[in-house]
Amino acid sequence: MKTLQELEAIRQKKINELNLRESAEGNTRIVVGLATCGIAAGARPVMSAFVEEVHKRQLQNVTVSQTGCIGLCRLEPIVEVFVPGQEKVTYCKVTPEQVSRIVAEHIVNGNPVVEYTVGSYE
Amino acid sequence: MKEISLHILDLVQNSIRAEAKRIDLTIEEYTDKTNDTLKVVLQDDGCGMSEEMVKSVTSPFVTTRTTRKVGLGIPLFKAGCEACGGSFKIESEEGKGTLLTGVYRHSHIDRPPLGDIADTVLLIATGNINIRFVYTHRVNENEYMLDTLELKRILGEVPLDDPEVIMFIKDFLVNNESELYGGM
Repeated sequence: MKTLQELEAIRQKKINELNLRESAEGNTRIVVGLATCGIAAGARPVMSAFVEEVHKRQLQNVTVSQTGCIGLCRLEPIVEVFVPGQEKVTYCKVTPEQVSRIVAEHIVNGNPVVEYTVGSYE
Repeated sequence: MKEISLHILDLVQNSIRAEAKRIDLTIEEYTDKTNDTLKVVLQDDGCGMSEEMVKSVTSPFVTTRTTRKVGLGIPLFKAGCEACGGSFKIESEEGKGTLLTGVYRHSHIDRPPLGDIADTVLLIATGNINIRFVYTHRVNENEYMLDTLELKRILGEVPLDDPEVIMFIKDFLVNNESELYGGM
């Protein structure tokens, strides 16, 4: 049985990091559509893949969050990426396999993966 | 939807939209001869619905969404339960919240697998950190629960959606789920 005890240790470790993080400005946001259409098209594993990739690379100031249906159901799973100071980028028909490339090229290096975007799909 | 856990993830979005402060998800599985059921109970303290809305919400042509005219979350779930020898019930009161109960016959050949429920619970719990989420899963006599209020109490000022915290919760869920079914 796994218990919650370990969580206390994580807290201790994180408190120090929190102080460092406060000075950084602007969060990059990764937003995944989790309405009926998105979920049915496979958005859950995509969302999990982003969460894991962000953790694996120890990215600070990057949040992964959820939103509802944005009205383009046939293109789900849809992922929007907001980098402060840059235009929003919308990816469509995202698969978990594409996630590491989006994180590496777009989130880390600042170059959107154009071939996965809505613009290039349509 | 290939998994019951995907339906759950979908239905919870309704509670979030209803601005719930607390969401309780209970899954009960019984697999003996006298009781052969898989029951999903979802309760929230959101804005609730009028009597009229409750009656019509199982129709696919009713939705509060403005981007399109169909709402398939509840109708799909209901159809799934009923196709598997089960039942579906929704009760709601304006200003108080909504209670949704879906039952499948556990051994029914068409019953979808529960699926990756750990993943669903993780995304609900860590994706909506301002909502208290209480999850209970029972399989025959085994049971465990996760309450985000308890997690927050331990974490103090460390946010629930910190990547390392998320990974811990994931481990916690995966471990406990597998133990429910007698694994490890």
